[in-house]
Amino acid sequence: MSEGAATETTRPTETTPATVTLSFREAMRAAMTEAMERDERVFLMGEDVGAYGGCYAVSMGMLDRFGPERVRDTPLSETAFVGAGIGAAMAGMRPIVEVMTVNFSLLALDQILNTAATVLHMSGGQCNVPLVIRMATGAGRQLAAQHSHSLEGWYAHIPGLRILAPATVEDARGMLGPALADPDPVLIFENAALYAMKAEIADPVEVDIAQAAVRRQGRDVSLITYGGSLHKTLSAAETLAEQGIDAEVLDLRVLRPLDDAAINGTVRKTHHAVLVDEGWRSGSLAAEVSARIVEGAFFDLDAPPARVCSEEVPIPYAKHMEEAALPQPDKIVAAVKAVLGADGTEGGDG
Amino acid sequence: MSDTVPLPTREHAHRLLERMVRIRRFEEACAELYQATKIRGFLHLYIGEEAVATGVMEALEPRDAIVATYREHGHALLRGTSAESIMAEMYGKQEGCSRGRGGSMHLYDDERRFYGGNAIVGGGIPLAVGLGLAEKLRGPGEDGYPVSACFFGEGAMAEGAFHESMNLAALWDLPVLFACENNRYAMGTALERSQSETDLTLKASAYRMPAWSVDGMDVLAVERAAKAAVDAIRHGGGPHFLELRTYRFRAHSMFDPELYREKDEVERWKERDPIALFRARLEEAGLLGEDDLAAIEKAAAEEVGRAIEFAENGTWEPVEQLVRFVTSEPEVTA
Repeated sequence: MSEGAATETTRPTETTPATVTLSFREAMRAAMTEAMERDERVFLMGEDVGAYGGCYAVSMGMLDRFGPERVRDTPLSETAFVGAGIGAAMAGMRPIVEVMTVNFSLLALDQILNTAATVLHMSGGQCNVPLVIRMATGAGRQLAAQHSHSLEGWYAHIPGLRILAPATVEDARGMLGPALADPDPVLIFENAALYAMKAEIADPVEVDIAQAAVRRQGRDVSLITYGGSLHKTLSAAETLAEQGIDAEVLDLRVLRPLDDAAINGTVRKTHHAVLVDEGWRSGSLAAEVSARIVEGAFFDLDAPPARVCSEEVPIPYAKHMEEAALPQPDKIVAAVKAVLGADGTEGGDG
Repeated sequence: MSDTVPLPTREHAHRLLERMVRIRRFEEACAELYQATKIRGFLHLYIGEEAVATGVMEALEPRDAIVATYREHGHALLRGTSAESIMAEMYGKQEGCSRGRGGSMHLYDDERRFYGGNAIVGGGIPLAVGLGLAEKLRGPGEDGYPVSACFFGEGAMAEGAFHESMNLAALWDLPVLFACENNRYAMGTALERSQSETDLTLKASAYRMPAWSVDGMDVLAVERAAKAAVDAIRHGGGPHFLELRTYRFRAHSMFDPELYREKDEVERWKERDPIALFRARLEEAGLLGEDDLAAIEKAAAEEVGRAIEFAENGTWEPVEQLVRFVTSEPEVTA
């Protein structure tokens, strides 16, 4: 199909939309390139985004294309360059600040929380901050505790921020544009395990940054997740299907503000909810979603919601230990069976 | 800069004195209103330090941007934010310059490029660097760059944010003025007790930035240094650092019993009151008559009176609007 589209000599029409096959990282790069070509106020800065090509090769080649003013390598100064992004945004620019990983974003947390997220309110609505901050997140690559955090749930706690978690190539390609158009700060969390993932997507692609998306329709149980866990969850759903359990998979996509209608909608349909979240269980985003389900769809539930989160341990180095610490398809399958067995109307197989 | 700066014209001298007196009288009223529980929260007074804001602000133009600290009533006032809206802000009224959402520590005036009122020590410095970065990216106009002026205390110079920001500004040659208001105490901790190197200009010099130490009790010295620095920054000279040596006559905030410094020390510094010093110099030179001083005091008192009346008559924002301004509201087109 893609080859056929590629050899078409006529312009694509609405009935035969053009497509393109991209990796997740290529999709992010294409989105940044497009934004910088369209709007000279947009620039990229962060550690090793230029000469190195990006720690995860997301901005490879962009320095040659746009030059060192607009693809700006920074020193290892997260507080200063995130704060500088805030200041530049307040002065009318549209910065994309890349913080190498969420782990290092803690060094800029003061700027993100005490300035970016609060200045609009503290100024009585005068000073908005049209800033996009991108960062890699997640575990699963044997990088041990200091390089494996999943803290997007923390950021989703903060009023004034929009938190995005693209889990598909389509979202990687499409979310940046509307994020840059947002008058307020937007944080994009890119699970590092996804960068090499490829998919064929529509070109151009248009996605929103407001709603959750059902990635798999199902009747029996709602699996609610986001980011890197989406693919583990879809894998679990296939395993469940083989066993006669029809799971719906909801990709939250936007972690703040949460799409309550979609969350409660899927629960009302299936009457069962299992939440999958790479964050630690206590105080997790999954806890928040669970609370919202209990508040908003309690009487539609046939069983208590269940959570599959990371174990309450710093992520260890050894492969088998790391795998044990994270949500995995088999844990999700087990949680679903427990939930379906818990209401006494639909027995599990064990 | 120990030499004496020549006196300016009578008109300009009166302007500087008037501006310092306005800050002083406004803040004296704030202290009383705090005791009367009209103003609550934290209130940090600038009394004693007026020559710093007055001198530095004199070097700035409307196109320049300002980032200040939580001790910023005077800076906002001199920037042109009305005393009425500043006082209303401290009362928590919706007519305040930040609609009552910020209070004393968070005065904002976007129209005048006044970006707070930042109450995390050192937190405003990266912001000022970013304001300068935007100008660098846009390039200088015919009259050079708009300058980003950042005020902070010497306490902020122990923060990582300061050092990261100095490096970034110097590395990228940004049009930023770093104005350190060295009042010798980070809350209650003396400079000698908190920093290994107490010559603050050396810290800035380490980042290859021109750095000058200035008598912050001498408004003319501050003005001269600030104008030289701003002129250089505006025309591509890169960031500059000023250490403005001053002293806070009042407590850190209204909750501070001042256990950390001797009364004698405070009294000695009060002998160098920037307003009294400048007034005496003008009187000695025959540039200030009793009538002039009375007129300045009268105007300042009237401004304070109008501000209090405005704040008293201000209104409370309906609590139904509590969650406004968390995110931007769609622009309503007429």
